[in-house]
Amino acid sequence: MEWYLPVIWAALIGTAVALYVILDGFDLGTGILFPYAGNERERDQMMNSVAPFWDGNETWLVLGGGGLWVAFPQAYAVVMPALYIPVIIMLLALVFRGVAFEFRWVAVTSRKYWNFAFSGGSTLAAFCQGLILGGLIQGIKVENGVFAGGPFDWATPFAGVCGLAVVTGYALLGATWLVMKTEGAVAERARGQAKALLLAVLAFMGVVSLWTPLAFEWIAARWFSTPNIYFLWPVPLVTALAALMVWRWLDAGREVPPFLASIALFLLGYLGLVISTFPYLVPPTLTIWQTAAAPASQIFMLVGTVALLPVILGYIVFVYWLFRGKVREGEGYH
Amino acid sequence: MDLDPVLLARLQFAFTVTFHIIFPSFTIGLSAFIATLLVRWMLTGREHLHRLARFWTKIFAVSFAMGVVSGIVLSYQFGTNWSRFSVVAGNVVGPLIGYEVLTAFFLEATFLGVMLFGWRRVPPWLHVMSAIFVAVGTAISAFWILAANSWMQTPVGYELRAGVAYPLDWLAIIFNPSFPYRLAHMLTATYLTTSLVVLSVGARYLLAGRHPEESRTMMRMGIGMLALLGPLQLLIGDQHGLNTLEHQPIKIAAMEAHWDGSKPGALVLFAWPDEKAEMNRFEIAIPKAGSLILKHDPNGLFPGLKSVPPADRPPLIPVFFAFRIMVGIGLLMIVAGLVGAWLWWRRRLFEARWYLWPVAHGWWLGFVAVISGWIVTETGRQPWLVHGVLRTADATSPVPAASIATTLALFVLVYGIVFAMGIYYINRLINKGPEGRAVEPPEMGTPVRPLSSAAEAGREILSPQR
Repeated sequence: MEWYLPVIWAALIGTAVALYVILDGFDLGTGILFPYAGNERERDQMMNSVAPFWDGNETWLVLGGGGLWVAFPQAYAVVMPALYIPVIIMLLALVFRGVAFEFRWVAVTSRKYWNFAFSGGSTLAAFCQGLILGGLIQGIKVENGVFAGGPFDWATPFAGVCGLAVVTGYALLGATWLVMKTEGAVAERARGQAKALLLAVLAFMGVVSLWTPLAFEWIAARWFSTPNIYFLWPVPLVTALAALMVWRWLDAGREVPPFLASIALFLLGYLGLVISTFPYLVPPTLTIWQTAAAPASQIFMLVGTVALLPVILGYIVFVYWLFRGKVREGEGYH
Repeated sequence: MDLDPVLLARLQFAFTVTFHIIFPSFTIGLSAFIATLLVRWMLTGREHLHRLARFWTKIFAVSFAMGVVSGIVLSYQFGTNWSRFSVVAGNVVGPLIGYEVLTAFFLEATFLGVMLFGWRRVPPWLHVMSAIFVAVGTAISAFWILAANSWMQTPVGYELRAGVAYPLDWLAIIFNPSFPYRLAHMLTATYLTTSLVVLSVGARYLLAGRHPEESRTMMRMGIGMLALLGPLQLLIGDQHGLNTLEHQPIKIAAMEAHWDGSKPGALVLFAWPDEKAEMNRFEIAIPKAGSLILKHDPNGLFPGLKSVPPADRPPLIPVFFAFRIMVGIGLLMIVAGLVGAWLWWRRRLFEARWYLWPVAHGWWLGFVAVISGWIVTETGRQPWLVHGVLRTADATSPVPAASIATTLALFVLVYGIVFAMGIYYINRLINKGPEGRAVEPPEMGTPVRPLSSAAEAGREILSPQR
């Protein structure tokens, strides 16, 4: 089998997941911060800042899941049963917060319930994504290429910490997004929230960075063995630098740069996790080569992806550009 | 209690996929209807067309949101509920779903933002284009998902190695034998379903004496589609049936409750198929008419249920009755279309209350027909998940029954709430009706100006819409 095809596919799916985490991260984050808004007008403003984009953002989740199935069916068939409960709960939470975008506008007396559905659904979905992440990092029990563990194997303190970390991280992306896209009281509050969230995110990154090498020997071996450590030491350093820039730009009253720096912070954390786990898709047993689809399937899909992804990215950028600038009061179709 | 994980996994998937299909079968047609309204508005400048498009867009947004979130669930359930299927068929079916995401999902999801929020932000031509992109995206999505489903019904273009399917010929896989028929049948069904809803809402307003101009447009467009597509669907359905007889004869035998293949088949109008006794009870049938339809010969023979052991037969009751419900509703739609067209021709359409009343109350029929049709084809494929390749019982995930039962209960609860509220809100939107003033129709050739100034101009001529 061509050894490079699974690598290309791992890179593509990694990119799709990274794009998902950033794009849906800021709109889930906006939902997480929803309860702290002062009144309904502010909530309208927050929701309208993400309303034109959320559907497209969530499509990356479909591409991530679908892509995993297309390119690595064996991994998909192990991960989904192993993380059955958090995956299904995440999907149900996404149902609630997704329909809330539409229902909240039509509702009159029940609006407060859809506010709760939006914020609760966003928070729960983020938490479950953290559980899924933690469940993957800590490893899945596999025998003969099939999931062989119990339904609650994922439920560990480590996964719980990952869940909280993702909620905090998305909230940071959401807060810096609101700093960029809104004005007035919403933006002011978001600026304050972003600072507190930044500190919390750094604390979680620290905890996860210490916990993983201590608890999982293959991760310790990856980071602290020579020669790896010579190449890898800049990763935490650049991460610290990105965090510093988020703080300074927030302090300086800048609007766009804090969001971009938060994205950079997220990508660096993501890079750290990739370094910890590559080339395992299902740590610590199944690699990208063991779980890969037939080369014919990977090539067929690759042709389409190479041709279509630039077009997709093109029109997505175009639509973000169309809706550039601050959210205008009362803008929407409702 | 001893729960059967296979049955639970099937129940869960049947529930989520049935819930999901309600929305695409509405939004595929509705997006095309909205795009048509907007194009007609661009060409004629008649204000009520724009008002109608805005009205239906609100309903579209609610339905589409429910379709999207219930669709994401499905893309993960292949793994959570059918992990063995995702390994056995993943090499073949996976890329088809992948292409659906790349060619359809991103297109519709991204331009939906412009369609919903761009009324005042972008120039009219770009807004109309976005509506067209969304409509095209939904149809492309149907193309891929039906290719995947059809391959599971009539798998070709692959080889089995160690029980896993490997692709040999992608064109054969996509354009597998049942695909053209299934695609035509389903797309027509979605356009019919939407047309009936549109016609129904038009009739409802006419009966109440509201929005006369909008109602007439809706009535005319709805009736035109029903009168045209209804009879066409009958033809497509017939061809689809002949194709199924060729590739999945036992499904046909179950649809017709045809037990003995050594005799010509009757057209069973009603019966209670008794699986144990292998016969029909309370049968009302037209002798030999089944053979006439399926073989175009009253003495033609086709396989009966008894030609395979009971373990290889699908459950009869759902297949048999769902098929009759689907065909019955289809015939009703043809009648509604033809009677409406006749009234239209006689210029009595908008006063004929005896016609308006039943039509106003029959908006849901198309949905029931679509769901029934899917029950026929999916239950009729049992006991196979991939016909002749993988049995449903062998396709499940290593997940305990308790997990599946719990999440099934959660799905029923959550979808129940979401569905009830969705219907309630859509009904409220319909009660409110089309309102507000439209933007001025564009002069021909407007977009010659640079985009930004055109956008400014588009915004200036807009009146408040809330």
